[in-house]
Amino acid sequence: MSMLKTIIFAAAISCTAGAAFAADTPKFGKPITDADASAWDISVFPDGTGLPAGSGTPAQGAVIYAQKCASCHGDKGQGGVSPRLFGGQGTLKAPTQEVLTVGSYWPYATMVFDFVRRAMPWNAPKSLTNDEVYATVAYILSLNGIIKDTDVLNKDTIMKVQMPNRDGFIDLYPSKF
Amino acid sequence: MARSRRTKSGNDVQQVAANGLLDRRALLSTGVLFAGAAAATGVTGIASAAAEPLAVEPWSKSIGVPPPPYATPSPRAQMARTVSDTSRPGTMQARTPHHRLDGMITPAGLHFVVARAGAPDIDPEKHKLLIHGMVKQPLIFTLNDLMRYPMESHIRFIECGGNSAPLWSKTPIQANVQALHGLLSCSEWTGVRLSTLLEEAGVDPRATWMIAEGADGITMQRSIPIAKAMDDAMIVFYQNGEPVMPWNGYPMRLLLPGYEGNMNVKWLRRLKLTDMPVMAINESRQYTLLLDSGKAWRFYYPQEVKSFITRPSPGMQMPSPGYYEISGVAYSGHGRVSKVEVSADGGKSWGLAAMQGPVLPKALTRFRMGWNWNGQPVVLQSRATDEGGNVQPTRYKLIAERGEPRGTPPVIAFPMEHVNCISSWAVDAKGAVSHVYA
Repeated sequence: MSMLKTIIFAAAISCTAGAAFAADTPKFGKPITDADASAWDISVFPDGTGLPAGSGTPAQGAVIYAQKCASCHGDKGQGGVSPRLFGGQGTLKAPTQEVLTVGSYWPYATMVFDFVRRAMPWNAPKSLTNDEVYATVAYILSLNGIIKDTDVLNKDTIMKVQMPNRDGFIDLYPSKF
Repeated sequence: MARSRRTKSGNDVQQVAANGLLDRRALLSTGVLFAGAAAATGVTGIASAAAEPLAVEPWSKSIGVPPPPYATPSPRAQMARTVSDTSRPGTMQARTPHHRLDGMITPAGLHFVVARAGAPDIDPEKHKLLIHGMVKQPLIFTLNDLMRYPMESHIRFIECGGNSAPLWSKTPIQANVQALHGLLSCSEWTGVRLSTLLEEAGVDPRATWMIAEGADGITMQRSIPIAKAMDDAMIVFYQNGEPVMPWNGYPMRLLLPGYEGNMNVKWLRRLKLTDMPVMAINESRQYTLLLDSGKAWRFYYPQEVKSFITRPSPGMQMPSPGYYEISGVAYSGHGRVSKVEVSADGGKSWGLAAMQGPVLPKALTRFRMGWNWNGQPVVLQSRATDEGGNVQPTRYKLIAERGEPRGTPPVIAFPMEHVNCISSWAVDAKGAVSHVYA
């Protein structure tokens, strides 16, 4: 591209950008209530914001897991075409080959709930009820020895779960970037 | 080829670094360049070899193929992404064949893809964007609404945070530049400024984060600093002038220039303003960088300054000694590339490459360097510097910061994120190009 063309090209870009600011922009957004938006509002935050009502136990989760999860994640979470779901504690420091699982690496139990609810099972995401999600997460946590087989997981008890690698991260934003 | 254009004066072009790298100013004057190249190598005999008599080929004696409604490159050009095994659950990948491309733009059909549940079949008439959370008024927009706002076009790269991860292996993985660096593409993106829409909803000044979420099967979400959302973020509908490809986010995606690819959420349906990150799987499990200490870096956003040589590159075979153009791409998520240097002796000496304009911020910049290969084994490297003064590090520098690679994983694995170190391509005495650590 010649220098002249480069200048024209740059000028065209800056004019376009300028126009967007200069003109009064239209306002086409339509107001919506939180209630009407609720079907999409599925994010669960580490402080528990977004956790729904419902509950489940590891025993209930084991049944769901065998039906809907084991074909990819293996019998009892040992891994298959998809990653294993337990173990790996003590492998994060070098030079050990790291094994990153819910038990060894994930810092929040709410992450597991959020991901299972929005994305699992792989071939039928969002097909589990909230009770089924709590139960499945309870089963995975119990496989890791993080909760007891007799524990009940709900929006209150999940906040009491202590994940082993909770403090394993160094946030580069906003300190570095 | 260059050798056939040998001309009179042979003294004007100087070698600027060891093993035959030529002054970039030579590229401005091809006559001088080729003269210098021939003089430097002393290759003379081949240039004057007599040409074969011309034949009239069959395609000059028949009617060709009529144009289809949508054309693709000639099958003879062998343009194809490498695609992972998509029959299994897990991440589907397609990588850009940089070794077959030139210039700065990636054809839309060759744009890289990392998609955990494939491309959704979204009806554009039903697609909507929700802006809610810490705003004065939650709003819903139809796609048709959004496309009536003032639009802008910008040429920007998108790179997966895990691009170049194969370099994080104990031994150099022998694969081509597509496999090693193919999760990088550059397009002209057209759409609306995100700040326009956020201002319409009225951002609560206490909001510090924006959760962006897609409408695909896994409904992927990422937490984005509000400062980036209000800076140069866009919602884009067009990719190189045509609707965004299904695998790249049709009917619309978020564009966060310079930030790791996964944050540029495809099939965008929702933006939630908050005062904390959501800690999605994609930000607190994937896209983290495990260090020697057992701690991991999280929220590593910019794709830092980087370059690699696309030609010659691993898997290629150089036919004979003589003149070649070394060519590659350089880019930085922090802004413009200010300098690209090339070495033909494994980083001992460096020469300045020519950068092809326009050199745009957060876009690929094509660089070129004349080279007279004398037939001896060499190691080629490129090193980019951006306008912020950031210099592309050696692999050893990255290892010093993060620890030794712990294994030799398959090419499609992601043992490390944000690997922006210098790549080294070895050319042996027979002209075969391979991947080495140097």
